[in-house]
Amino acid sequence: MLTRYDKYRKLKSGFMSALAVFCAILVVLPLILVFFYLLKMGVSSLSWDFITQLPKPAGEEGGGMANAIVGTLELMGLALVMGVPIGLLGGIYLAEYGGGKTNAWIRFGADVLNGVPSIVWGMVGYILAVVPMGGFSAFSGGLALAFIMVPLVLRTTEEVLVLVPSGYREAASALGIPRWKITYHIVLRTAFKGIVTGVLLALGRVAGETAPILFTALGSNVWNNSIKEPIAALPIQIYYYALSSFPDQNNQAWAGALVLIILVFLLSATVRFLTSRRSKI
Amino acid sequence: MSQTTTSPALPARAADMAEPSRLGNRLFEGLTFVSAMMIGVLFLLVAYVLIDGARLAMSQYGWEFLTNTHWNPVTDNYGALPFIFGTVVTSAIALIIAVPLSIGTAIFLTDLAPLRLRQPLTSIIEMLAAVPSVIWGLWGLFVLLPWLHDYPYTWVSKHLSGIPLVAGPIQGAGACIMSAGIIVAIMILPIVTSVSREILRSVPDLQREAAYGLGATRWEVTRIAVLSYARRGLMGAAVLGLGRALGETMAVTMVVGNSPKINASLLQPGWTLASVIANQFGEAATDIQRSVLFEIGLVLVCVTILVNIGALLLIKSIDGPGSRRA
Amino acid sequence: MNPVMTSKSFAMSDTAKSASAPVPATPPESSIPAPAPAAAKSEVAFDIQDLSVFYGSHQAIKNVNLKIPAMSVTAIIGPSGCGKSTALRALNRMHELSPGARHTGKILMKGEDLYGPGIDPTVVRRRVGMIFQKSNPFPTLTIAENVLVGLRLNGVRDKAFLSRRLEESLKMAALWDEVKDHLNRPGTGLSGGQQQRLCIARALAVRPEILLMDEPCSALDPIATAKVEELIHALKSEYTVVIVTHNMQQAARVSENTAFFYMGSLIEFGPTEQIFMNPKNPQTEAYVSGRFG
Repeated sequence: MLTRYDKYRKLKSGFMSALAVFCAILVVLPLILVFFYLLKMGVSSLSWDFITQLPKPAGEEGGGMANAIVGTLELMGLALVMGVPIGLLGGIYLAEYGGGKTNAWIRFGADVLNGVPSIVWGMVGYILAVVPMGGFSAFSGGLALAFIMVPLVLRTTEEVLVLVPSGYREAASALGIPRWKITYHIVLRTAFKGIVTGVLLALGRVAGETAPILFTALGSNVWNNSIKEPIAALPIQIYYYALSSFPDQNNQAWAGALVLIILVFLLSATVRFLTSRRSKI
Repeated sequence: MSQTTTSPALPARAADMAEPSRLGNRLFEGLTFVSAMMIGVLFLLVAYVLIDGARLAMSQYGWEFLTNTHWNPVTDNYGALPFIFGTVVTSAIALIIAVPLSIGTAIFLTDLAPLRLRQPLTSIIEMLAAVPSVIWGLWGLFVLLPWLHDYPYTWVSKHLSGIPLVAGPIQGAGACIMSAGIIVAIMILPIVTSVSREILRSVPDLQREAAYGLGATRWEVTRIAVLSYARRGLMGAAVLGLGRALGETMAVTMVVGNSPKINASLLQPGWTLASVIANQFGEAATDIQRSVLFEIGLVLVCVTILVNIGALLLIKSIDGPGSRRA
Repeated sequence: MNPVMTSKSFAMSDTAKSASAPVPATPPESSIPAPAPAAAKSEVAFDIQDLSVFYGSHQAIKNVNLKIPAMSVTAIIGPSGCGKSTALRALNRMHELSPGARHTGKILMKGEDLYGPGIDPTVVRRRVGMIFQKSNPFPTLTIAENVLVGLRLNGVRDKAFLSRRLEESLKMAALWDEVKDHLNRPGTGLSGGQQQRLCIARALAVRPEILLMDEPCSALDPIATAKVEELIHALKSEYTVVIVTHNMQQAARVSENTAFFYMGSLIEFGPTEQIFMNPKNPQTEAYVSGRFG
């Protein structure tokens, strides 16, 4: 026997549920739209030339973003080399050593650093590398990106190491293996996949960053020959080409964006594959 | 047969093994300690670079900097208020749009969605988070802006032009504060949704069961048992979204209009703290101009760090040791 | 009449060599070179003097005095929380891995205090091996790598030596026949009982003088348990074994001497048969007759 009020309550509940569904649809919508337009606008300008040629001067049609594609990979490599060891070792410290209070502060600090706007790291890179070196360079771009990677990798490493069951550490201790060898040979090996996952995630994040490399790596229209020279990168190229008044360059911006998103999603897909049930348990 | 010789390299018994050097342990611990301390070093670097860089501007303008509305490279008259205004307003717009949508989606994911849908939907939201800022800017510039301009903005300026909040005329392609707010909203959706979802998931089933047992409808259960229990955590999720919104740079700079003016109307162009730095840093011609940008960076970082600390504290207070990273 | 007594007889003396109790059905693989028998000479493996162990402010072990005889199996029994695991861990300094752990008193192994200044716990742990309740072969290592890890990570490289030691240890653990063709499979691919024997092989590979076992069979089915118990019988001619168990029948089956702990104190220690059939202490009697547990 439902009263009118009960009917109202049921209706309201149904309405709210519908609203929740509506929210979910609205959240998914932008992604669908982005992909749709990336494909629509980007594929037409994506060509073999695009991937292999250097940019043409403004106003001239054609050319490509070969140097930007390579440049992005190079910057990622630099960021990896400069940022991952520190993040990894720091994560090991938090998981295996240290006291409760110090560690809590470090963890908190890393979380806060993860929220600092990335452009600030560009400014730090500018002062620490560009100014002393007298110019923009791949090195300073990699450095700015490494700043972003350190707190990220530190936290993901720690989270993964903490998950390694303590029974393994105990068993290794009971065998009379020195502590650092336990951490290095047993714990790290067991957590290896998780650590790699964390690094890949950080790389994916850093691949798309524009602000920190705008005034450290600067961007370029030619091949990069040295770590001390400016270097092109996909995000920078996309940015400038998007704002350009030449439609050809606008189109190339879409193509570059498509390449960039493919790169980022390749990294995510690798992560997903590694964390799935297959491969090494 | 049995070992007749024994040595550390071929130990017959454990007692024959070489004594391990303590050096290995000490070195390793020291190395990892130094690396962990780099977190502190990074903080110091940020502080040093920004404060040192801003020193010139700070000594020249003092606290007035924060209230000055001018931006004149010719007369070296700079003020940060337009950017503070722009940041505050775009972030507010972003929150107003994103937080209800995110919480609604989180509710959908935790309570309503059929199980088969949950993983794909979660994956989609993760993918949303992975899209770089500059690509949002590109899409915003060429897809969203024209659409906003042709439909909502034109409609508003035709029918609601009397309201100062949305007064026209619409500049060019539709680049304005409102557009920036919408783009930022899209960009913070993933993080607010996933954190909200974690928060809602951590609400013990007992709460829900108790409410169902009393005969509550689905919505009432959600409202009474889940949302009120999770209120602090959800606030934390929103504040975390705010922290992200404050720092969004590239997408904003491509759609916000880049104008150093404060307007009452949301449909007018503006600028934010982060986007003005991105836009001007490469072109800063004078020391004072560059120093001003450092000071703006300092303001941005201080506000962002405070907001993020607030978010983390709110989230940790409900989530315990497994709190999410920013 | 003590209901715990089994039909099998057990050795009565508490001196070094004693006649093995139930003869295992299959003799352990022979032709294994004995480790240099330095340990056999002394009668006492551990001389525990006035040992107390604290975790923070909580005292887990109170003033224990105990001489554990060498080359035999000593069981430690007692109800949950009585400190038997803590006592066992104190014997290879494993309790130090817990935060806030400290001790007073001495434990002498062949005259040397295990906790003396300058003694590296790592060295102690090589000489005193440990088997845990839950078997824990290292997941990223193969069977062979698991067995040899204690040697390899302590600098032993000689391939011939290692491969000999691998075979010997697996034979001692009665696992060789079952795995000799699969030495490169992951260590975690074995059954529960096999994994525990793998852990025993791993512990034996470094040739400790003493083997500690913390409820090694509690996670195993009866058949696997029987195999491990056979193993213990075979080992005691060359090793000192100290086994913590909550299973009194098991203690009666495998050990020559038994120590009964209650609430952190050693209540009684003596030949196993005497502890179970004729305990001197009323608390011991109450426990072994099942009046409390």
